[in-house]
Amino acid sequence: MNAMQSFLAMGGYAAYVWPAYAVFFIVLIADTIAPRLRRQRLLRELRARFARQSTRQPRAGNGASPTPSSAAIDGERTS
Amino acid sequence: MANWIPLWLHRLSSPPTFYRFAGTLLPWAMTLTVLLGAIALYGGLVLAPADYQQGDAYRIIFIHVPSAWMSMFIYAVMGVASFIALVWRIKLAEVVAMESAPIGAAFTFITLVTGSLWGKPMWGTWWTWDARLTSELVLLFLFLGVIGLYRAFEDRRQGARAAAFLAIIGIINVPIVHFSVNWWNTLHQGSTVNVFGHSKMSWDMLWPLLTMTLATKFYYAASLFRRVRTDLLALEGGKDWVRQIAQGEDTP
Repeated sequence: MNAMQSFLAMGGYAAYVWPAYAVFFIVLIADTIAPRLRRQRLLRELRARFARQSTRQPRAGNGASPTPSSAAIDGERTS
Repeated sequence: MANWIPLWLHRLSSPPTFYRFAGTLLPWAMTLTVLLGAIALYGGLVLAPADYQQGDAYRIIFIHVPSAWMSMFIYAVMGVASFIALVWRIKLAEVVAMESAPIGAAFTFITLVTGSLWGKPMWGTWWTWDARLTSELVLLFLFLGVIGLYRAFEDRRQGARAAAFLAIIGIINVPIVHFSVNWWNTLHQGSTVNVFGHSKMSWDMLWPLLTMTLATKFYYAASLFRRVRTDLLALEGGKDWVRQIAQGEDTP
């Protein structure tokens, strides 16, 4: 108990050492979580888009019809 | 003789190949980050003795210095990737450069805040406009500038090229940050760790510092892989390989 208390006290510098470590962990955890959320949102959007496309496809008759956004990207790259 | 290298690189830079490659390495990088980070924390906070001058306040070094090194390392990676992106127009290089910027900004922010928390008890001030501190702040603004410029364009690839240009110009700041403690009179202490020579630090303080440095390197790899994978899915949204992943994968 005493050892734990003296560890947490950090020789009187607890008010500086622990916030520094807290910032380190909070920032890096946020940096880890943010892309995961973005990925989940993107996959949901992609699935919804592919679902819309597959219902349209029999009429279009073209299996490789690109989406508007990817067509813009491809066109931009070849130009 | 070394003919296989460009071919191998060329294959790896194709988005679906890199997506799978990064996906395989990601869990390993994350495991090493957590493992090495835990060992370094135990070594730095528990095993290492208190400093004879700074007491326990010096323990901020175990996160401050690795973060500062990462801020410069990530900027250098971003600069090189930007150069490759501008010269050879490789999509993967653009993505690596643009997805490095937020991670670099995170580490630069950590460096500034932990440095401030260390400066208050040791120097008596949270902040001073000294060469090392100011150039590190400029580094943060460069990262934020790259992120902002990238997002300012409607077309992502056009934005990436503009931001890559800014990243290349800003690389001049990296040696300034590094040598600022030698070039100007500064409150910030000089380097204690020397790669080619004798480090002015005892081993029981040095090993947790170096272990944490390794942990942050693996962290960067993991975070970059995670971000690049998502970005590649977004950029290649209409392609077949993305369709297979989106429809086959219900959990991330």
